[in-house]
Amino acid sequence: MAEYKPIRKVVSGNYAAAYAVKHARVEVVAAYPITPQTSIIEKIAEFIANGEVENLEYVPVESEHSAMAACIGASAAGARVFTATSAQGLALMHEMLHWASGARLPVVMVDVNRAMAPPWSVWDDQTDSLAQRDTGWMQFYAENNQEVYDGVLMAFKIAETVNLPAMVVESAFILSHTYDVVEMIPQELVDEFLPPRKPLYDLTNFEKPFSIGALGTPADYYEFRYKIQRAMEKAKEVIHEVGKEFGERFGRDYSQMIELYRTEDADFVFMGMGSLMGTVKQAVDVLRDEGYKVGAAKVRWFRPFPKEELYELAKNVEGIAVLDRNYSFGMEGILFTEAKGALYNTNAKPIMKNYIVGLGGRDFTVSDVRKIAENMRAIIEKGELDVEVDWYHLKR
Amino acid sequence: MNTLFGERKEGATKIVLKSVDEYPEAPVTLGTTLTNFTGDWRTFIPVIDDSKCVKCYICWKFCPEPAIFIREDGYVGVDYDYCKGCGICANECPTNAITMEKEEK
Repeated sequence: MAEYKPIRKVVSGNYAAAYAVKHARVEVVAAYPITPQTSIIEKIAEFIANGEVENLEYVPVESEHSAMAACIGASAAGARVFTATSAQGLALMHEMLHWASGARLPVVMVDVNRAMAPPWSVWDDQTDSLAQRDTGWMQFYAENNQEVYDGVLMAFKIAETVNLPAMVVESAFILSHTYDVVEMIPQELVDEFLPPRKPLYDLTNFEKPFSIGALGTPADYYEFRYKIQRAMEKAKEVIHEVGKEFGERFGRDYSQMIELYRTEDADFVFMGMGSLMGTVKQAVDVLRDEGYKVGAAKVRWFRPFPKEELYELAKNVEGIAVLDRNYSFGMEGILFTEAKGALYNTNAKPIMKNYIVGLGGRDFTVSDVRKIAENMRAIIEKGELDVEVDWYHLKR
Repeated sequence: MNTLFGERKEGATKIVLKSVDEYPEAPVTLGTTLTNFTGDWRTFIPVIDDSKCVKCYICWKFCPEPAIFIREDGYVGVDYDYCKGCGICANECPTNAITMEKEEK
């Protein structure tokens, strides 16, 4: 094994994604431009135009629905396939997302989290990707540009091991267009980490033809659904192994599906996903200096959902403040629902409160985290919630 | 089995998968119509009374599957592996030689 010397580049989150696609030796990219995803595919197109990549086919399509359709076709034929989108584009793909997971094709996509319209918005909000919760796609939420790069490389390995598609999710503008140092991995080491894809079935074997996605009667459909769930369960083990291997090879450990930050002796923790959690970690340091015993729990993988890891965390804390940059209308923040639901049949019953923050790109800062901490401390001392769902930024 | 166009292709055996582990990982087709007996879908079954049949073959023409075949003796038969029980044959038969009866399974 060659010695690992990282190549440091100052790149945006979108360029980090594009470099990961290049290093993963992706064979087919089909995508349609949509702000703020556009610069991912622009960069990939630039790699092709400059002859920096070999055997990479870029398929220009007329919509995101077609982009995913092209990805499904190419993936079924055995290629390593990538696409990227945002918000309304992802919603337009929705129907096709089911086809990718149902046919067990390890397509990898970057979704640049963007608020759903109307009102028209191009800023950060997780509702677009979380609305795809039930499509059978794995979902990884990146905190920073480094995690976008690492996430895409790991997503290919995990997806191709369990034969399910995976989504790497980054924040609009906060990551997609903000430049930061990213440690990239030399090509030969990426090649060792991520060997060429071995498709589940060989569609090019003309001696034994078959079709994918043909009719499944009530006698057979059910079993195929169960197989997807079983693959999701297996994905938890694979995520752990691949994340650990990544840590051993490249120094950044992703073995835990929930990253815990200063939670060992914490009275209560902040839980959330994505770039939000960078702010929270910084706030935890500040709050610790001020005498708060708090920690951060960053949910890296939303699907499969890390139930077991959440339980381990929940039984040792008095409260969990769930920060949702998303909303399920008629209910509450989506991560909040999931976290509460995962703990219901356990004996871990911390006080849980939902803070709706940062929708549509609203600023979320360290001082916001302090206010939430003050509120959480009061709730825990009193032993009961004031409100369950707090629209934190609302102009009252 | 004899049909108007000769023998039905060999290899028509129904695939029944009993446990989830027998299924392929991805939903690739479990077989063509040679292994997928669409006659399973039937509720009503056509019963043919040869004494009323006048060998007009209207039922054979109208059968959408086609599950009606012409026997060597010139009367018609039904390929029950594929007959979905739609009843078109009974509806079209000018001499009411075909009746649809609820199938006991």
